[in-house]
Amino acid sequence: METSIITAAYIIAALLFIFSLGGLSKHETAKDGNVLGIVGMGIALVATLWLAGRSAEWLNWGLIAVAVAIGALIGVNKARRVEMTGMPELIAMLHSFVGLAAVLVGYNSFLTGSEDAVHSVEVFLGVFIGAVTFTGSIVAYLKLSAKISGAPLMLPMRHWLNLAAGVVSVGLMVWFVAAHSIVPLLIMTAIALAFGWHLVASIGGGDMPVVVSMLNSYSGWAAAAAGFMLGNDLLIVTGALVGSSGAYLSYIMSKAMNRKFLSVIAGGFGSDGGAPKGDVDYGEHRETNAAEVADLLTNAKSVVITPGYGMAVAQAQYPVAELTSHLRQKGVNVRFGIHPVAGRLPGHMNVLLAEAKVPYDIVLEMDEINGDLPETDVVLVIGANDTVNPSAEEDPNSPIAGMPVLEVWKARDVVVFKRSMAAGYAGVQNPLFFRDNSAMLFGDAKERVEDIIKAL
Amino acid sequence: MQIGVPRETRPRETRVAATPKTVAQLISLGYDVVVERGAGVGASFDDAAYVAAGARVVDAAEAWASDIVHKVNAPSDAEIALLRPGASLVSLMAPALSPDLVEKLRAANVTAMAMDAVPRISRAQSLDVLSSMANIAGYRAVVEAAHEFGSFFTGQVTAAGKVPPAKVLVVGAGVAGLAAIGTAGSLGAIVRATDARPEVAEQVESMGGEFLRVQIGEQQVSSDGYAREMGEDYNRKAAELYAEQAKDVDIIITTALIPGKPAPRLITGDMVATMKAGSVIVDMAAANGGNVEGSVADELVVTSNGVKIIGYTDLAGRLPTQASQLYGTNLVNLMKLVTPAKDGQLVVDLDDTVVRGMTVARDGDLLWPPPPIQVSAAPAPVAAAAPVAKAPPPPPDPNRKFVLMGIGAAVFALIAAFSPASFLSHFTVFALAVVVGFYVIGNVHHALHTPLMSVTNAISGIIVVGALIQLGVSETGDSSGAVILALAFVASLVASINIFGGFLVTRRMLTMFRKG
Repeated sequence: METSIITAAYIIAALLFIFSLGGLSKHETAKDGNVLGIVGMGIALVATLWLAGRSAEWLNWGLIAVAVAIGALIGVNKARRVEMTGMPELIAMLHSFVGLAAVLVGYNSFLTGSEDAVHSVEVFLGVFIGAVTFTGSIVAYLKLSAKISGAPLMLPMRHWLNLAAGVVSVGLMVWFVAAHSIVPLLIMTAIALAFGWHLVASIGGGDMPVVVSMLNSYSGWAAAAAGFMLGNDLLIVTGALVGSSGAYLSYIMSKAMNRKFLSVIAGGFGSDGGAPKGDVDYGEHRETNAAEVADLLTNAKSVVITPGYGMAVAQAQYPVAELTSHLRQKGVNVRFGIHPVAGRLPGHMNVLLAEAKVPYDIVLEMDEINGDLPETDVVLVIGANDTVNPSAEEDPNSPIAGMPVLEVWKARDVVVFKRSMAAGYAGVQNPLFFRDNSAMLFGDAKERVEDIIKAL
Repeated sequence: MQIGVPRETRPRETRVAATPKTVAQLISLGYDVVVERGAGVGASFDDAAYVAAGARVVDAAEAWASDIVHKVNAPSDAEIALLRPGASLVSLMAPALSPDLVEKLRAANVTAMAMDAVPRISRAQSLDVLSSMANIAGYRAVVEAAHEFGSFFTGQVTAAGKVPPAKVLVVGAGVAGLAAIGTAGSLGAIVRATDARPEVAEQVESMGGEFLRVQIGEQQVSSDGYAREMGEDYNRKAAELYAEQAKDVDIIITTALIPGKPAPRLITGDMVATMKAGSVIVDMAAANGGNVEGSVADELVVTSNGVKIIGYTDLAGRLPTQASQLYGTNLVNLMKLVTPAKDGQLVVDLDDTVVRGMTVARDGDLLWPPPPIQVSAAPAPVAAAAPVAKAPPPPPDPNRKFVLMGIGAAVFALIAAFSPASFLSHFTVFALAVVVGFYVIGNVHHALHTPLMSVTNAISGIIVVGALIQLGVSETGDSSGAVILALAFVASLVASINIFGGFLVTRRMLTMFRKG
């Protein structure tokens, strides 16, 4: 009977997780969704402790308590302290933990579990996916926190290296299943760790939103593999949920950049675009100052702000929010246009703006705002570049050709906040800066926005 | 270079080749402009206005001595003598009808460009002076007719009795004809129109006229935008139509012109004789011989049965201000074409079909007539030679997807056959959960991607379940047991970070989202 109750608890937890993800698809229900997830996790943990407790000694209880307590402490601490701009790094790091746990659980399952072939395959796959997720997420974390360069690592014959890693791993799996020895498992783990590292290292920083959601998916598959080897349906369901939702998110992200998912994974973006081509004459850009922009904004009826990663870097979301409320009090219709891949994480900009207390109903998606841009008086481009690049639509030879972009150049006036005239993450020059209706406002976005507020 | 605008010397000519507005445009192209004293008087532009626009007002000799001379009418022999050798002359010339003039210009070593020889292609529309003048003339023809006509155009019911609307027949629906149709229609008349080109029916109707079709097999499809002479059969049928209409209508406006030929005689004396007294005929082709029997150029003739035949040839000139402005703008557009650098230097590029078509003489060479050009004013009659379109790339075989799915299913069945039952039940759960995952996430709001990811992060911490079980059940007796415990301990720890960190940070983010 005990087993049945535990199984029932697992089923309830799995359903709660599904409702949790479902709830997170809308603002109104998102908080409830999170609560459902917590409840589901609580039920699952209690049931598991009951299951484990049947054979546990005092030592085991102690270890469990200490492990969970330390984990909880670290987790709560991280969650409290993290800056919203640092969210991508935190999420990448959390992915790596799931990968690590999957590897360790896999090894344990090998050491304690049965020797039949199916179980061996499950262990092997679980460890493989876990190891790839682990090192891949670490590289993503390092790239996102700028501890290593965001440029893609271009090893010679990188595709062949990846293929070789796959082929060798399959060979090792056959050996492992036949011999049930730890040696092939260890070799494979080493290969998988290197493979995961290389996989993400060869993807450019500009593709990070896709990479993060892809790793999210991997961590799910790793959990599902653990579920198979332990025969635990809750793990399987949860892992599959996370895995498929992460995969779908990656697909949405790739589509938003007009890239094939496979080509993102294969890496190298941002390198073939190269430096801005020197032989193209884009004309002169026009520089403006805070007072002029303040003037422009005061006389505008409708203003659209399109933020990018630069706003996050400069921590400019607070002054931008202040500017927004100033203008709204004066009766100016201020809205935000968010490109799907703005920032380094899907939805990154929305989180930043929410943090600065910008109401979410004036924060619109690209498709919602693009139609209104021709009637907009002023567009403020704050730290965005590739997502507002007209050559995506107009220059078929551009590396970002065909990528959907915010059509800010159709507005009456465009003010671009930028530190310098350098190219964006994709390494593509932006003709927007040289348009007649564009003006550049150089300097730190935060200081410039504060200047504008003063001038108002 | 200097552009000279002399006064027009032809009797009754009121137009001028440049207005103050177009002078300013010419100057912006880099030219110096001189205007003969009193050149704009007929069109109500005084000399001061030209000076204000930047031109110099000079005497006739100086204007004629310019590098380029802009004129409305073709020059007289005396005027040709005033031209400097090597100068350029731009004006109306009717080169097909006046070979003598062309020859004299050639002999004078002048580059002569005929504004009335602009090829009828889209690119050249902005300098097509025949269109701009015909538009004015068509309007004016109706005004002249209304002036001579003893009744209203529009039908009215008044206390003093009912007034029937005037019936107007417009023959030839070119630019002038269409302008006449529109003007007469807007005065309230019932307007009918005929044309040898059946494709203009639509244009006639768009102007508010009724198109009368000549019932005949032969159809004229114009390849150069102008009408041509018609066959015997057509003419007989058309004559029957005109005869019938003449008895009915009050006003006839004829606009039939065939370039380089005398105007066709469409309305005979017999037809005029059947018209009601007080009817008016405007023969817009009077200058080229007339479409109407009995019309006299530049005169108003009243027939014995009281029909007035108007043969004015200066209809466009009767709106001199507007006509000069449009003609001047046509000239400015020409100068834009031949001044590519906007530096006031004339460049006559004979490889340009428009320039080639207009240039009748240059450097002592006779360039008239130009090589024929085919333009697409009407659908090209040769449709048979349409190239066979390349077959589009074959669409991907729709069955392919199903074949792949079938192969996948077969492979899976093979694996399943050798797997234990417990694996399959787990796999069922897995497969369904994958599908659920796709659907649950399918319509997530874009702004919530980050919270969604952090919550899935927390949920993937569920792997702690596996670690906890291992941590709980491990024997601690031997060394391998210690290893297992250690691994499980670390796994539990990192997974816990995920659970607590993930949920908490999600909560933090979600509390920040608020509605305005």
